[in-house]
Amino acid sequence: MSTVLYDTPGPRAKRRNVLLTVVFLIALAALCWWVIEALAAKGQLEWVKWEPFFTDSRAWSTYLLPGLKNTLIAAFLAMIIALPLGALFGIARLSDHGWVRGAAGTVVEFFRAIPVLILMLFANAAYSEFTDVSPDSRPLYAVVTGLVLYNSSVLAEIVRAGILSLPRGQTDAAKAIGMRKGQTMRFVLLPQSVTAMLPAIVSQLVVIVKDTALGGALLGFSELLASVRPMSANYGANTIASFTVVAVIFVALNFGLTTFAGWLEGRLRRGKKSTGAVVGADAVEELATPGEHIEPGADGTGFGPGGREK
Amino acid sequence: MFDFLQGYNVLGAFWVTVQLAVYSAIGSLIWGTLLAAMRVSPVPLMRGFGTGYINIVRNIPLTVIIVFTSLGLFQTLGVSMGADDFETINFRLAVLGLIAYTAAFVCEALRSGINTVPIGQTEAARAIGLSFTQVLRLIILPQAFRSVVGPLANVLIALTKNTTVASAIGVAEAATLMREMIENEAQLILISAIFAFGFICLTLPTGLFLGWVAKKVAVKR
Repeated sequence: MSTVLYDTPGPRAKRRNVLLTVVFLIALAALCWWVIEALAAKGQLEWVKWEPFFTDSRAWSTYLLPGLKNTLIAAFLAMIIALPLGALFGIARLSDHGWVRGAAGTVVEFFRAIPVLILMLFANAAYSEFTDVSPDSRPLYAVVTGLVLYNSSVLAEIVRAGILSLPRGQTDAAKAIGMRKGQTMRFVLLPQSVTAMLPAIVSQLVVIVKDTALGGALLGFSELLASVRPMSANYGANTIASFTVVAVIFVALNFGLTTFAGWLEGRLRRGKKSTGAVVGADAVEELATPGEHIEPGADGTGFGPGGREK
Repeated sequence: MFDFLQGYNVLGAFWVTVQLAVYSAIGSLIWGTLLAAMRVSPVPLMRGFGTGYINIVRNIPLTVIIVFTSLGLFQTLGVSMGADDFETINFRLAVLGLIAYTAAFVCEALRSGINTVPIGQTEAARAIGLSFTQVLRLIILPQAFRSVVGPLANVLIALTKNTTVASAIGVAEAATLMREMIENEAQLILISAIFAFGFICLTLPTGLFLGWVAKKVAVKR
């Protein structure tokens, strides 16, 4: 196997690789040993601390599953509210009218520049001051509001990138058969760009799922992370075990989503029916950065091989 | 209108935010570079470790990692990062958590940079008789670094915004102060505007500037 960095190894390189493998293995084993020692010294490896998650169904029915349910509810609500809003702002950013473009641009850049936690804290206080949302449901409201404000601005960029990634000919053809601007957008550009954006939208969902944990740590929202404290209080200070289980659930959930986004991206890129325009899953991080846009065709990141030509 | 600000050290809180961001940026650049080196190395075991680390850490919420450093590492295992008072311990734990999390993204950015260099470049370099170190030093790394400025800038800006999560373990940074002020003062909109403005000052110019630099240095292919 040869990559940019090294050739197919010859006999000397093979020997060196074996040596490196052995050294790395020893280092890794030493690290593992050190961690296990530390855990054992504090009694965190005792079976009693891990057992509840395997033998006691109440650990799941009382703490983990309701937490997971709340995490998913918040993520789902945020997603379905943020998507139409994001589409609206994304399209507004492409408007022919300067003031619409400017206003939408300001809103999008503003919310992309602010940490989502600040938005959640604001929403939480605003709900308690200006509305009569009951204190019980306030954390959920605050988390969803914060997530919607932030993610709709990121989704707006995704929508914008998706529409810009379509080949120019699509707009030209629509104009040629006499469609108005709104019609072009509704019947030609949007339906195609939704397909192009799907991978990016799915990986944005990962970001949303991860950010719900903020609500658990800081707003008293009883999601998955928030179940760690009552669990470890109830099962004999098994902090490490509880964290491990919660982390594993998060990883499984998000890894599933990431893999799905990657699969979707590959499938769309290979697809014969599409225009070949794809906003890649890894473009999401870039789109979340204030002041930064991925330009179609500028460096090829995030756009499919069939994207708009320069 | 702004008299309620007396008694609150807003600038100090933002200074802690900046410090968190800078220390974590340095740490995650180092650890992320090491991870990237592992991920592109010819040793399968190292590649496996790098891939595993990234897939696991990227999918755990940062909040879980930060809260774990406090509840798990410090309170359960007694890791105090060589500090005595709670303030320093929490600050260092937060930096540790931010490094562990951000390094995964730094690694991915660096690796994508190396991947943007076409194989033909190495082949051409070898054809004119350059040695491996020369190829790396003169051909691959300069191109890789230049294409990586943009993605790295994005990671660093995300890191700046992520420092607010340190609020979860009580580090006295901007979000912590905002929480405290919202609790004690009746000026919700004004307080939020101040903190929003603070973060816009931190992230937006950096984003614009680094985006401009990235475009300037990018290798046009």
